Amino acid sequence: MSQYNLIDNPNSSNRPPVINVGIIGWLRHNLFSSWTNTVLTVVAAGIIYSLFPPLFQWAILDADWSGVSRESCTGKGACWVFIKTWFWHLIFGLYPVDERWRVVLAFGILIVASIPLFIPWFKYKALVGVFLLIGFPVLAYFLFVGDILGMPLVETPLWGGLFLTLVIAGCGIVLSLPLGILLALARRSSMPVLRGLSVAFIELWRGVPLITVLFMASVMFPLFLPEGVNFDKLLRALIAVTLFSAAYMAEVVRGGLQAIPRGQYEAAQSVGLSYWRMMTFVILPQALKHVIPGIVNSFIALFKDTTLVAIIGLFDFLGMLQVARSDPDWLGFAPEGYVFGGLVFWIFCFGMSRYSQYLEKEFRTESQ
Amino acid sequence: MSLENDRYSISPPDLEQRWMIEMYDVHKWFVDFHVLKHINLKVDRGERIVICGPSGSGKSTLIRCINRLEEHQRGRIVVDGTELTNDLKNVDAIRREVGIVFQQFNLFPHLTAVENLMLAPIWVLKMPKAEARDLAMKYLERVRIPEQADKYPGQLSGGQQQRVAIARSLCMSPKIMLFDEPTSALDPEMIKEVLDVMVGLADEGMTMLCVTHEMGFARTVADRMMFMDGGEIIEIAEPKTFFSSPKNERTQLFLSQVLEH
Repeated sequence: MSQYNLIDNPNSSNRPPVINVGIIGWLRHNLFSSWTNTVLTVVAAGIIYSLFPPLFQWAILDADWSGVSRESCTGKGACWVFIKTWFWHLIFGLYPVDERWRVVLAFGILIVASIPLFIPWFKYKALVGVFLLIGFPVLAYFLFVGDILGMPLVETPLWGGLFLTLVIAGCGIVLSLPLGILLALARRSSMPVLRGLSVAFIELWRGVPLITVLFMASVMFPLFLPEGVNFDKLLRALIAVTLFSAAYMAEVVRGGLQAIPRGQYEAAQSVGLSYWRMMTFVILPQALKHVIPGIVNSFIALFKDTTLVAIIGLFDFLGMLQVARSDPDWLGFAPEGYVFGGLVFWIFCFGMSRYSQYLEKEFRTESQ
Repeated sequence: MSLENDRYSISPPDLEQRWMIEMYDVHKWFVDFHVLKHINLKVDRGERIVICGPSGSGKSTLIRCINRLEEHQRGRIVVDGTELTNDLKNVDAIRREVGIVFQQFNLFPHLTAVENLMLAPIWVLKMPKAEARDLAMKYLERVRIPEQADKYPGQLSGGQQQRVAIARSLCMSPKIMLFDEPTSALDPEMIKEVLDVMVGLADEGMTMLCVTHEMGFARTVADRMMFMDGGEIIEIAEPKTFFSSPKNERTQLFLSQVLEH
């Protein structure tokens, strides 16, 4: 009986000293455990203190939130009226106002269809996956372009803003992964011609800045086409971004393939699996799992690189921001624009990063 | 010519399917290193051969040539009437008949035990999923670990993993089983559970080629013992003669070293 009392008594010596638990314990252990740690803590606190309160003051406390024109801007802090005025243009570019519902509908379908993928007990994930990868792009294409079922045609030069950024990044991401996998497999093939072609492709695209590639696609490429043949500018940019990204993806995937021991190939071959089945069911699932961080890293880089399409006259999200800040009515509001733009990009990239960590955890628990 | 003499006669293989495996003057090089020299071997149906020899003697390479995990560069190999050539159709056909068990198990770590077994029946034999699962469970029971079916290889002990690996091969109903040092990577207390499964297979009349240092096992199951050194078959004999009166000096030396313990 007395033993029970001893254990249950919070003041008994069976509990750790107060200084090691609770907030104080945590602080001691994590922030002030050594001299170096203490110095780092103090410096970091100093930086945070000198940076964030002024930013908070500018962006939130002193900011102007309501109004319709620059007359509403007091000039004390940020003037978010600028973003409010331009908001829908930043999202849709020059996409006709009456047709914007088509874009909203497409992204709505995408989000709703993606939800089941995050539900652990949902059984038909493969089916949903097939729809998202094959059905959805077709559907989205017809919704965006129109000229069918009474929806008027919206030509690609009118596409813009965040919508265009998502279209380019989305296509780039979805297409560059399979293409990268094929390139990586070709590079490790035993057939010299295939290997040579793959190496040449990868080294060519990796060796050239994306901006050059985009410029070539938009300015040089049409010169080689016969008279009268016209190739949509957005399509050219999409192809350029995809191929560029596929070259990087190929090297990431190749890294994963190299981590798979030879025994896995031998085991798969010895039970009679053909090359493609061996790759699909044995090698790639393991290899891709190893390189999820690298793959997502490439996706994030691709997402941010899409801003370069502004160079060839496509008005993506950042391109629209540039247009907005050069609007004669709104000169001098670049800081607001870039802070807002940075925040939007950060939200997307951070989302991808979190998703990558979720996937890593998911696969790790599955097979230890 | 009597059968016994024919077994050791050196003649090019005829494809009339008399022998389960025929190797005729097989050679292999790793770049400049001559790993297999003048390999002549005829294996009868249901025969169990245990191969031993010092490390680097080419034992593993020899059995891996039989299902084309290694490619021989000279000579001929005929497996159950099908000759191993560069024709991928033949290679596929032979791989379907030959199962192999590796030293390092080589289970697929991203699949559960039962999924490891189901993969080939589903994709190679085109078996419906439910049927493949029944088949897989049947073989897991046979190696006495049906309760581990839904665990991943990483959650199993070495002995259990190796038994799953054996069951994975058996799911393809092979006519020949190759064992490449199946117990060398196991802790001592797990060796028996794997050998028991192998003895069971031998009792059922499976043709087996087994590279191993387990001489007790060899005495129990082997129809013939084979000693290799320096890429050559030095001596083949029935276990009784092999262990009691080996002819070759190198065999004697090797056996004295192995059997001392």
